Amino acid sequence: MATYLLRRLLIAIPSLLGISLILFTILALAPGDPFSEMATNPNVPPEVREALRASFGLNDPVMVRYLRWLSAMAQGDWGFSFASRINVDDLILQRVPTTLFVVGTSQILALCIALPVGIYAATRPYSVFDQIANTLAFVGFSLPTFFTGLLLILLFSIKLDWFPFVYRSDIAASGWRWYWEMFRQAIMPITVLGLFQAASYTRYVRSAVLDVIRLDYVTTARAKGLGEKTVTLRHITRNALIPVVTLVALQMPAVFGGAIVTEQIFRIPGIGSLLIDAILANDTPVIMAVTFVFACLVVLFNLIADLLYGWLDPRISFR
Amino acid sequence: MDEHKLRELVAGVKDGAVSRRTFIQRLAAVGITAPIATQILAWNDVAMAQASLAYKPTKAGGGGPLKLLLWQAPTLLNPHFASGTKDQIAGRIFFEPLAGWDKEGNLTPQLAAEVPTRANGGLSEDGKVVTWTLKQGVKWHDGKPFTADDVVFTWEYAADPATAAYTTGSYTNIKVEKVDDHTVKVIFKEATPFWADPFVGVVGQILPKHHFGEYKGAKSREAPANLKPVGTGPYKFADFKPGDILTGTRNEDYHVKNQPHFDTIEVKGGGDAVSAARAVLQTGEFDYAWNLQVEDEILKKMETGGRGKVSAVVSGDIEFIILNTTDPWTEVDGERSSIKTKHPTLSDPKVREAINLLIDRDSIQKFIYGRGGTATASFVNAPKQFKSEKLKYEFNVDKANKILDDAGWKKGSDGIREKDGKKLKYVYQTSINAPRQKTQAIIKQACQKAGIDLELKSVTASVFFSSDVANPDTYTKLYVDMEMYTTTQPQPDPERFLNQFVSWEIANKENKWLGRNVSRYSDPAADEAYKAAQKELDPAKRAALLIKVNEIFCEANVILPLLSRTRVAASVTNLMHDHSGWDVDTWNVAAWYRS
Repeated sequence: MATYLLRRLLIAIPSLLGISLILFTILALAPGDPFSEMATNPNVPPEVREALRASFGLNDPVMVRYLRWLSAMAQGDWGFSFASRINVDDLILQRVPTTLFVVGTSQILALCIALPVGIYAATRPYSVFDQIANTLAFVGFSLPTFFTGLLLILLFSIKLDWFPFVYRSDIAASGWRWYWEMFRQAIMPITVLGLFQAASYTRYVRSAVLDVIRLDYVTTARAKGLGEKTVTLRHITRNALIPVVTLVALQMPAVFGGAIVTEQIFRIPGIGSLLIDAILANDTPVIMAVTFVFACLVVLFNLIADLLYGWLDPRISFR
Repeated sequence: MDEHKLRELVAGVKDGAVSRRTFIQRLAAVGITAPIATQILAWNDVAMAQASLAYKPTKAGGGGPLKLLLWQAPTLLNPHFASGTKDQIAGRIFFEPLAGWDKEGNLTPQLAAEVPTRANGGLSEDGKVVTWTLKQGVKWHDGKPFTADDVVFTWEYAADPATAAYTTGSYTNIKVEKVDDHTVKVIFKEATPFWADPFVGVVGQILPKHHFGEYKGAKSREAPANLKPVGTGPYKFADFKPGDILTGTRNEDYHVKNQPHFDTIEVKGGGDAVSAARAVLQTGEFDYAWNLQVEDEILKKMETGGRGKVSAVVSGDIEFIILNTTDPWTEVDGERSSIKTKHPTLSDPKVREAINLLIDRDSIQKFIYGRGGTATASFVNAPKQFKSEKLKYEFNVDKANKILDDAGWKKGSDGIREKDGKKLKYVYQTSINAPRQKTQAIIKQACQKAGIDLELKSVTASVFFSSDVANPDTYTKLYVDMEMYTTTQPQPDPERFLNQFVSWEIANKENKWLGRNVSRYSDPAADEAYKAAQKELDPAKRAALLIKVNEIFCEANVILPLLSRTRVAASVTNLMHDHSGWDVDTWNVAAWYRS
């Protein structure tokens, strides 16, 4: 187990290096300039723009810039954002709580819907409930979040005037009022993300349960005279959920990475909107840091998923 | 309009025979922006009018929260680092310049006691020294007094190239001296007719020496006050999350009596322009949204709810087309569109004249920009009724056809005109932006009727406006026959603005295409007038010279102005706000109130 872990971690290093190199090169080759806004401004002489580029090291060759970035990163210096001139790690840490709250809650919501619905639908395949659940699931994941998001805004914010559609991280209230305001502003984005995720989870849970439900040990359990509830929960669900756990573990980087589209629509100050803003502003250090952290998380959670798998299913051994 | 006429007009204003407004409009009609017009008046000792918003509240505070929504989020608060308007708007809430520009282009004192004039001894005879008297009793948010030392320090800070301030250009060629605690002298190297640049408007925010003193030069990025500003402005800093939200509370010691009205201020960023308009006009979640580059029709629909209103103010932004007189398809010494070449067809003035007649500016304004722009034939910001007598626009396909026929351009079998085997086929480039693509289509259609074939090309804005030397699609490369974009006159200095019309600024390989003259066209008469204007101290004479530069280019049909863009903002019905096209939206946020 320990050697397996060590080996996996060692393998992760070259792959992360490769990822960072590719990311950096693509960003360097992509057109754009963090100072493009100054380009049409006659008040800023071109020399000032050039001096700024030089002082931010943008005129050096790509490889020099990459090595500089890499050595700084290795020493824990993430660099500073060109757009806000503050340290990138501060910028990211500011965004993490909101993203964790919104995307995390939506994942929980998705599981709360998908597990019961998926299991129930699988125990009664092709019943009316299953048909409806299936149809809704298809509708759910074929509607993109930017569409459902706008739909909810038009309905609940503009027509009914129930919820605000601009998410504010500073709510000027305390106590219960604060929780109430937080709930009001978060309900729409969480619903949008949660339902979308729930739709695909439901399909997954249903098929996983269906795979298990026909196995012999389930029939044995029933033959022993166990109640239907016990059979479903203890015998079927437990085994069916092993692949689902992996799926959820692999979704975890997304929880940190934020939901780019939804965050943009509801103006949620999360990692996703940070990334989009950085891309639009050609803020290379921020783009690099966010995507690199994301890459690290993917690698890490892949490893965790593999470990979890072995722990849940003792038949799998690590070699 | 010549110098003599200008003098008569100024005399008229002095006697009261001509109103200030009429004067400004008359000048605007000939391409002199409102700020310059008021400068001419000031030079001739006609007092400047004050802020255009009448402030009604009788006590400071009590207005509750003021919530602004910028669809591009502010990312930094140090006004000298703020390259984007969004950051300048945010910084201006806390920092103030010595004077700002109101929407009619009046220089309005903020941290200065009064605007320097010749009458009060603020402007020297030789045009080299400007003496500012500072307002007394102004305190920084931390209680320390504001003095001349802070002004001098701001100059040292911004002028230091190592600081990497974007405002450097305004401060490098001057010297600033402290006379006493409340008087500073700005000394220019040469006679400078337009002196209201350092310490004024967007680039002029004064920084507190006691917070930034140690962070001049290379250490500028480390100053804690970059993110926790201490200024003199109407609101004190509370919290800032870059790219998201900025909050402030009322400055109880603000130096203007009874201001500000609101108890707290909040600036939220992110999202897009349409939904920002919606959050103000339809749901009223926010009080004010800025820079709504949204089709007017959509805004009108949102306004019908009656919750909010849209306001537009004139600005120095001009949407225009360049006709390339050099050859973009032949490479000479490693560059295309070199001034050593001549465009096979566009170098014919008759062809350019015809194309100018094929632009249906009225329709472009009516159907595309609405309140977002005013059709124009010159680099002007004028109300419609005051169009220049000299520069006029016309949409006339028949006339264009006739001009081309007379010039010997005959329609070929494919309906495209040609002469000596050279066809009138052009590539017409702009950045990707829905109104621009619609404008391209309108012009293409009209040109087709006159036997000119346009191939439309659109480049993503991040490429088009970049200074990437290796990319052939940037706007300064001009590797096409026609090009359209907006040029900004962010500060009311027409001299710097018009440097896109002088021969020594022509963008080429040598200056890495950083030259400001993108059109590559030059005229010795324009150069001469421009050089004379740079030294001319008498604003009336200077104005006449700058008008000449403008007219030369417009009459040559090299620069085809389309629209003078306005700045469009939305606010809830009961918010009384004051935004200006010559300064940032929050330049006078202290005077905003709820009725």
